[in-house]
Amino acid sequence: MVNMNMVQSVNSALDNMLERDKEIIIFGEDIGYFGGVFRTCDGLQEKHGKHRVFDSPLSEGGIAATAFGMGINGLRPVVEIQFADYIFPAYDQIVNEMAKVRHRSGGEFWCPVTIRTPAGGGIRGGHHHSQSPEAQFTHTPGLKVVYCSTPFNSKGLLISAIEDNDPVIFFEPKRCYRGPFYGDPHNVPTWKEHPEAEVPESYYKIPLGEARLAMEGDKCTVIAWGTMVHVAEQAIRNSGISCDLIDLQTLIPWDKDAIIRSIEKTGRCVIVHEAPKTSGFGAEMVASIQERCFYHLESRIERVTGWDTPFPHTTEWDYMPSPARIEEAIRKTQEE
Amino acid sequence: MVSKNTETLNIPDAPHRPGDRPKFKKWHWSPEDLNMLEIDCSVDDTQEHALGLVRVLNDNNEAKGEWNPNLNSEELIIGLEHMLRLRIFDERMMKMQRTGKLSFYMRSYGEEAIAIAQTMALETQDWLFPTYRQPGAQFVRGRDMVSMICHCIGNEEDNVKGRQMPVHYTYREGRYISVSSPVGTQFSQAIGVAMASEYKELDEVTITWIGDGASAEGDYHYALNFASIFKAPVILNIVNNQWAISTHSNFASGNQNFAIRGLPYGIPSIRVDGNDFLALYSVTKWARERASKKLGPTHIEVLTYRAGAHSSSDDPSRYRPQDASDFWPGGDPIERLKLHLIHENKWSEEEHENLEKKLNSEVMSAYKEAVKFGDLANGPYPSSDAIFTEVYETPPWHLLEQWDEMKRWRDE
Repeated sequence: MVNMNMVQSVNSALDNMLERDKEIIIFGEDIGYFGGVFRTCDGLQEKHGKHRVFDSPLSEGGIAATAFGMGINGLRPVVEIQFADYIFPAYDQIVNEMAKVRHRSGGEFWCPVTIRTPAGGGIRGGHHHSQSPEAQFTHTPGLKVVYCSTPFNSKGLLISAIEDNDPVIFFEPKRCYRGPFYGDPHNVPTWKEHPEAEVPESYYKIPLGEARLAMEGDKCTVIAWGTMVHVAEQAIRNSGISCDLIDLQTLIPWDKDAIIRSIEKTGRCVIVHEAPKTSGFGAEMVASIQERCFYHLESRIERVTGWDTPFPHTTEWDYMPSPARIEEAIRKTQEE
Repeated sequence: MVSKNTETLNIPDAPHRPGDRPKFKKWHWSPEDLNMLEIDCSVDDTQEHALGLVRVLNDNNEAKGEWNPNLNSEELIIGLEHMLRLRIFDERMMKMQRTGKLSFYMRSYGEEAIAIAQTMALETQDWLFPTYRQPGAQFVRGRDMVSMICHCIGNEEDNVKGRQMPVHYTYREGRYISVSSPVGTQFSQAIGVAMASEYKELDEVTITWIGDGASAEGDYHYALNFASIFKAPVILNIVNNQWAISTHSNFASGNQNFAIRGLPYGIPSIRVDGNDFLALYSVTKWARERASKKLGPTHIEVLTYRAGAHSSSDDPSRYRPQDASDFWPGGDPIERLKLHLIHENKWSEEEHENLEKKLNSEVMSAYKEAVKFGDLANGPYPSSDAIFTEVYETPPWHLLEQWDEMKRWRDE
């Protein structure tokens, strides 16, 4: 075990996989010679060669299409979209092509592509370096959607995503690359000494579809993913209320059993995400939980989310769910 | 405020509309115009070939010029037979559609030479990444016609299990990659297919096609750009048949020569007569050799005319002269190859009629065989379980739950 930040853990996953499997090929904007704007691919080209790790033109649609073609012809491409905000030129290729090719071809062709993309706010990125567009992909049958939150789970989940024979959209919360974020922009901790930053240098997997119980308690179930896992952790600590904190990790397919188990215990639930509220994945969670756990619910399910507005620049702390907003939601669930 | 004059924009129009006498410029190109290009020629060397038109068959049905592939008559007769097979097949499928036996259909009428000549010029290991207008390639690769009809019906034997509209074939055995409805997506994907072959050090070339209409999509640009940057072993064909449903090619590009669009990308580019079987074969063979020798992509404009409707849902008499294809300077691809073979004393009207009869009965018996596996009106259809299978490699729990629910409604 080595202490790694999330840049190093993602890098380690890619390095392990390049080592293990010659079918893996990595490309994206700035990721070759330079190693990526967040440095997640640092050193990979030098170590594995420019035929396996290379720069692409600034062409998200072309990146996705080329990855598709490689995927159906026996390779296992892992591509980076530099910011999730820039994934939309590739949306047609992802939604209409990658997600459907196995089905549409009667199983003759499939597309084992992983699309890694840094997502979420908290880096003063404004409209177009801050969005968290997971719901735009969870609504597409044929895709798997993963959202990591720590160095340990980023590596294990990424390896599972790469080995998966279906296309996977892999969101990396960029605010947490170099440290967890507890909702206070003035407090910038690193991953040093964080238990989830102890990462094996060798290959390991965390299965897709399994949630992580980040905190254990019995009064409320708090469900979050990405950066919000850490913000929710802070909120729970501030509240002094005993909560299960479920880090969903995989959004499609999500871990039904872990959530039912927790809500049957707590009877109360708060869902936190930084994406806009309307049609966010939190809405799916609320609907599914009331379908499955109605008689166990002791209070309304609360959602704490980003607003239904574009993501702001200098005022982002009033946009992103804060520990205070989450704490209030947890308290509301305790009232009824 | 908008002024009274609102006619200030430059909106193009089609050269001819219903009731007009079709306006096509007279072709001045002859087979002797353009020299055969060196395999390792530069992009600049291809300029004349992009601006001109590679032809082999002249107006007297002779094969002439340096691009003559000198195919023997046996091969040409195979090509003729496949084209005629496709035309007769299309006519039968169209009748099926008109009588409610298919939901939809798309013919290749007037464009039969393209996929057939080009696929014959390739090796069997090469990947074909078609649009819906290249089904003829499957005949070259040996696909059973019954299986093609079963797909179009969407019956129990449809290999895509009733999931896609007719003509969206997939035929992995013949390296014919699944057809997708969103136009143009395959063009950029083909670069990835080709790069994967190269990465695996296989002598496989990828050929793909796009229409003049779809060349306005970003995917066309992605494809040329990636192909050029990574020197992918790919043959990029833009089939300019003038019409995308009712949208004339004047709305696809401000420049009506599509071939030259490859030049600024640094890709050798050629325009070829799309109704000239020999020219198509020759240009494709040349492009394959370039790709195979790691000399990179070739961009080809295949100049032709969509003689039929876009699809069974389309009525071209609403937007273009009904007889326009009769005036197309490139004529009809089947007629031209037939007349050439007759000119060479390798074929006769009588043999042609006999071939037509043979193919008519081949198509009829395939059709009768196919409907034994179910027709559109009465089935049997593929099991609706296929709605839930192959969405993922293994269905996740939420699909299993919904699948059970579907079965409850279906089976009760």
